Amino acid sequence: MARRILPGFHLSLGITLVYVAIIVVLPLGALIFKAASLGPEDYWRIVSSDRAVASYRVTALCALAATVFNLVFGLALAWVLVRYRFPGRRIVDALVDLPFALPTAVAGIALTTLFASNGWFGAPLAALGIKVAYTPLGIMIAMAFTSLPFIVRTVQPVLEELDPALEEAGQSLGGSDWAIFFRVILPLLTPALLAGLSLSFARSLGEFGAVIFIAGNQPFETEITALLTFIRLEEYDYPSSAAIATVLLMAAFVMLAVTNLLQARALRYTVKG
Amino acid sequence: MSTARHTKPPRVGDAPIFRRLLIAIVLILVVLVVVAPLAVIGVQAVSKGIGYFARTIAQPDTRHAILLTVATALIAVPINIAFGVAAAWAITKYDFRGRRLLLIVIEIPFSISPIVAGVCYLFVYGLQGLFGEMLQSADIKILFALPGIVLASMFVTAPFVARELIPLMQAQGRDLEEAATSLGASGWRTFFSVTLPNIKWALLYGVVLCNSRVMGEFGAVSVVSGNIRGQTNTLPLHIELLYHDYNAVGAFAAASILALLAVVTLIAKVALERRGAGRVSRPSLAAPQPALEKIP
Amino acid sequence: MKIRLDNIVKTFETFRAVRDVSLEIGSGELVALLGPSGSGKTTILRMVAGLEFPDSGDIFFGDENATEIPVRHRGVGFVFQHYALFPHMTVGENIAFGMKVSKTRRSPTDIAARVADLLRLVQLDGLRDRFPGQISGGQRQRVALARALAVDPKVLLLDEPFGALDANVRRDLRRWLRQIHAELGITTLFVTHDQEEALDLADRVVILDKGRIVQQGTSEEVCRQPENAFVMNFLGDTNRLSAVVKDERAEVLDAVYAAPGLPDGPADLMFRPADVAWSEQGPGLAANVVRVIDRPDSRRVLAVTANGQNIEFDASPEFPAAVGSRGFLEIRRPRLFSTTA
Repeated sequence: MARRILPGFHLSLGITLVYVAIIVVLPLGALIFKAASLGPEDYWRIVSSDRAVASYRVTALCALAATVFNLVFGLALAWVLVRYRFPGRRIVDALVDLPFALPTAVAGIALTTLFASNGWFGAPLAALGIKVAYTPLGIMIAMAFTSLPFIVRTVQPVLEELDPALEEAGQSLGGSDWAIFFRVILPLLTPALLAGLSLSFARSLGEFGAVIFIAGNQPFETEITALLTFIRLEEYDYPSSAAIATVLLMAAFVMLAVTNLLQARALRYTVKG
Repeated sequence: MSTARHTKPPRVGDAPIFRRLLIAIVLILVVLVVVAPLAVIGVQAVSKGIGYFARTIAQPDTRHAILLTVATALIAVPINIAFGVAAAWAITKYDFRGRRLLLIVIEIPFSISPIVAGVCYLFVYGLQGLFGEMLQSADIKILFALPGIVLASMFVTAPFVARELIPLMQAQGRDLEEAATSLGASGWRTFFSVTLPNIKWALLYGVVLCNSRVMGEFGAVSVVSGNIRGQTNTLPLHIELLYHDYNAVGAFAAASILALLAVVTLIAKVALERRGAGRVSRPSLAAPQPALEKIP
Repeated sequence: MKIRLDNIVKTFETFRAVRDVSLEIGSGELVALLGPSGSGKTTILRMVAGLEFPDSGDIFFGDENATEIPVRHRGVGFVFQHYALFPHMTVGENIAFGMKVSKTRRSPTDIAARVADLLRLVQLDGLRDRFPGQISGGQRQRVALARALAVDPKVLLLDEPFGALDANVRRDLRRWLRQIHAELGITTLFVTHDQEEALDLADRVVILDKGRIVQQGTSEEVCRQPENAFVMNFLGDTNRLSAVVKDERAEVLDAVYAAPGLPDGPADLMFRPADVAWSEQGPGLAANVVRVIDRPDSRRVLAVTANGQNIEFDASPEFPAAVGSRGFLEIRRPRLFSTTA
């Protein structure tokens, strides 16, 4: 039995375990228990119901679209913030975290008002025939807004740490800017980029507050899974709610595993050659 | 003889046209995506005049919502700080089996939809839940009251403080604490005199983020609060209520308070980052830390 | 490819890294830039590469003024101090990089053949599919060189190429670099702070101090005929005694040495530890033995003169005198450098 050098092991671990048990594990266990007590057939019936499946489709596709948008925008934003100097750079850098700091409900009503057909953005878009509010496009924008910081903040440090000698080597070997970007810089950013993408995707899957105002919440059309869970609660249909909640829970666990794996892979490249 | 000199050879992406174009596009998008929502909150909040704004805030329901939100934060955040510090200490100062599992478990709430969080709590303390009947017979109200809101908020923000402390304390190692202990300092003394000064900015950073999230939590609290106007509505829920009551301007008035809090949070973040906080965060705590291969 | 630097100046913020350096390197020469840190040697190398631009002055490749040409068009092969191998590419892919991004299209078979040739040249056959993280420092350095050679550079530039390696590996790589240079004949300029390396490898050594060239010549020239105190001091162990010059004679304690051409005033008398003879009776400078250090093939004796100046000299392993004994030091091959301002 190893003797601990520093005092306080039992106290700190004790507090930690008690807290984690009561606050995290117990509620998760209760949900899983509730869902499990449905029995396999009922469980399957609920989670594979048409409306539930439609909600998975809407949620996943919108999250995917939002993530792809953030991939490009987030990468460009990180690049500009790290590599260039321009007036207001510090402010923009701070603003990147706004979606993270702003309460989701506040973001929700703000985005809805912006993209409603009489809103600042909604009006010109409507003139072009594009409807955003109450459509999947609106869901996508709300998801993109709330998960933007994740990609920028995972890419930024890697970009900052990028060894300038690697770029110089590429240049001295005759590579053009694009060649060096695609062959050297981007591959080295990819692990962090993927980790950020998976975080962003996971966040988007579960996003509630920012989405439900702009979504319109039409079943089968613009209803996200989180909302369906909530609606079942309001209908006092607790078993359904539990079942669908576990679908979201499993998705979250999967994404957690993916992020971990991607990050472990990223370490392959941190050995400076 | 040569003429004008550049100061430094251009790096990849420094070509003037490309650079200016990219900056312009990014800035435009930032204004559209990030600044506009903030602006619309402010504009809408005062669109019916300052008087309307003031009256909305002064309404008893709004005032109660603000109080409830603040009360929740006053309870949830300190408990989370204590947990975060204890967890960071246990994880970084000792080796024990299950350490990585603990890290993963602590991180879980970060990835879970807030609705799921709320539903979980429902199934513990609600009538349908594990303790539901027990609580009812003892006449203890957890759900649809402050305790439930506090608990659900704690779930959602459990990782926030730990997340900021753990990577930093891992990087700092145990040398200083071991030195203090060898000189005879007790555990508490070691913590307060040696550890705390080194982590104070990261700790503050975590507290700021935790507070911001607690005050803004919507999804989880929606489920556990019961949505009773004037009694169990936090400020985010009250905003939703006003909005659905077709009182958009009132909703924005209330929202502007939280938006202001968000801006203050951002400013605090920047100030703390200047002091070195927030730099060591990683997407996932449980993944192995990259070997710090510093070239001599 | 001849290289010529004309009056190169480079200042970083307030630090004058390179002050008016002019240098010519003949085609096919292997030249070392030697000096302590801060002497400007790396800055000069990077300016030749095009990784920095001089504030004033010109750089010529052959007859062409290359000063404004960006690095990617200069046709130089640069080997970085920490190799800068692309960590996500294999050894083979690293070497092939220059060929893949070049404007002249080469077929994949051509590229693969050339990679194989280069791997053979640097004696790393069989490592083509390894990653930089999986090979040793010495091997990485050779990959870096192969990668630089793959683009057929007109000039090869190496920045402290062996600095991060063990002494034994360094010696082997030095020998091997000399072989490669003899085989390929590319004009090569390398930077080092290791004098042994410079003297061993280079056709010509250029010694820099604080941004200026203080002497250049063959290894023999800079070793046997140091032109100033800095060079003498920088290369190898040196003893220094204060002297006073009068009428072209230098007085050091009780000894006098000829000082042709030196102005009257204070001067430094410098000599190597190996150029000292110890005798019990004289002639020479009176000194006391303070310490005797044993080395594998000699003895290093520390002595102190009557006025407290320290002298180190090499003696045979059978050196008899014990600590405290008095004797006389005869200095052969003394060099005198004036220190009047």
